[in-house]
Amino acid sequence: AKGPVSEAIAEKLTSAFSPVHLEVRNESHMHNVPTGSETHFKVIVISDKFKDARTPIKRHRLVNDTLKEEVAADGPVHALSIVAMTPEKWQAKLEKGEAVGPSPNCRGGDGSLPKRNEA
Amino acid sequence: KANDVVLYMKGTKSMPQCGFSSRVAGVLNYMAVDFADVNVLADEDIRTGIKEFSDWPTIPQLYVKGEFVGGCDIITEMTLSGELDTLF
Repeated sequence: AKGPVSEAIAEKLTSAFSPVHLEVRNESHMHNVPTGSETHFKVIVISDKFKDARTPIKRHRLVNDTLKEEVAADGPVHALSIVAMTPEKWQAKLEKGEAVGPSPNCRGGDGSLPKRNEA
Repeated sequence: KANDVVLYMKGTKSMPQCGFSSRVAGVLNYMAVDFADVNVLADEDIRTGIKEFSDWPTIPQLYVKGEFVGGCDIITEMTLSGELDTLF
């Protein structure tokens, strides 16, 4: 079942970008946080809206802005990995047989979130 | 010279405390780039301040000659495209 944070992220990205392809991957299970957490996400947003955003930073900033509440210091999202590109670039990527793999493995964390095995 | 390239990260370059930070530090080490690491976990003011400076919500953050270049996704993308080589 998708949690409230996943739903909010999907809704905001859909609304802002009308993406031709959207994936909201909850990667929290890869990190040192309790089961069911919604703290670490990877989002894949494929949209024409990125046509005028010529650099990755510009595209990422558009996504950051859309999710600014979620990624705020006091918001629920601790890590956000972004894949943001136009449909043409995405098509080219798929044709090369490339897929979007998982984010890097956790290194234990910075201690600010409850740990997986904490009671 | 080492201050041309500064990585704001969680942990240190020899002891990263975050997978994303570790990856960027790893890439720079692999490319034998001389860089200064700043552990944002050691100073909450730096952690908050750097996010405000770059208007970017997450760590790690790579700066080259004072300019924000990107976080883990962007650095990874630039490594694969060969663009990162042109920065150093």
